[in-house]
Amino acid sequence: MSLHDHVPPGRPFPRGARPFYLIPIIGFVALFVVFSLGLRKDPAILPSALIDKPAPSFDLPPLLADRPGLAQRDLKGKPVLVNFFASWCAPCREEAPVLAGLAASGAVAIYGIDYKDNPVAGRKFLEILGNPYQRVAVDAAGRTAIDFGLYGVPETYIVDAKGAIRYRLPGALTPENLQSEILPRLAALQRQP
Amino acid sequence: MKPPRFLLGALFALVVQSNAPAWAVNPDERLSDPGLEGRARALSKELRCMVCQNESIDDSNADLAHDLRVIVRQRLTAGDSDQQVLAYMRARYGDFVLLKPPVDKATWVLWFGPFAVLLLGGAVIGIATRFRRPVPPAPPLSEDEARQLQTLLKSEPDPS
Repeated sequence: MSLHDHVPPGRPFPRGARPFYLIPIIGFVALFVVFSLGLRKDPAILPSALIDKPAPSFDLPPLLADRPGLAQRDLKGKPVLVNFFASWCAPCREEAPVLAGLAASGAVAIYGIDYKDNPVAGRKFLEILGNPYQRVAVDAAGRTAIDFGLYGVPETYIVDAKGAIRYRLPGALTPENLQSEILPRLAALQRQP
Repeated sequence: MKPPRFLLGALFALVVQSNAPAWAVNPDERLSDPGLEGRARALSKELRCMVCQNESIDDSNADLAHDLRVIVRQRLTAGDSDQQVLAYMRARYGDFVLLKPPVDKATWVLWFGPFAVLLLGGAVIGIATRFRRPVPPAPPLSEDEARQLQTLLKSEPDPS
């Protein structure tokens, strides 16, 4: 008989404590799942504070001679896209073909707001890349953009027939996010009476 | 030979300019009233720069941060209270614009979660100790064991 015999073999912990061994393992698995899901999220994509709220009050002058400017009252009546852009913004150039395609399809009216831009450069930008907008306004001070809760250009908002902001897409429109985010939401809004 | 005066001036300008990014709040933004400017600085430190996200608008050189600093000062000059300025920002950018999130239903987990986990852990340990079966006292040594022990205690320590 050795010195250690009084410890029951194979049972280093008292019986009552057994389920507690599992706690660290369960905790680890839970954290692993939470963090794995968190890693997939893009921290730049945040919900707008203005979702389902009326678009801010604004009245901006036109950029072009042949297209009207944009005011809050113009956003009522049918669902529209409001796209903030600037001639100095590189991703705005990238999204230009997507906007042009959408405008040509006639699926929705697109209104543009030229953000903190030189109007001459803004006009040149639309001349070169084509104008997808039915209305183009100038937000020289960038205040209307801040009222929309804009982070930067480009940014695209879906505004419903009542003039409420329903969706905000930060960054450039792509064929992918047009299909997955913009068009389904527009279709749902257009089906509503 | 003394260096010409314009060279010293140019050097000074260079030093001043290279230091410029350290102050995100540009001199032309500052208010002449030190009380208002102090409130503006304090508010700017609480507001997140939405472009850089982990900087306050007081620290950020982003264009939007500049615009928001100017708006903070304009609203204070117009007579807004600190709370009204924060409400203005929250209406546009949501709670995320506040570097210190407000205590409300959506942030209860954030504020009280750590304490809840601490209490839960304490409870688990408490219950575990409460219901632990006491370890039975060791039986006394048999004669054989006592002799073995004495032999071990008296033996020379192992030279290795």
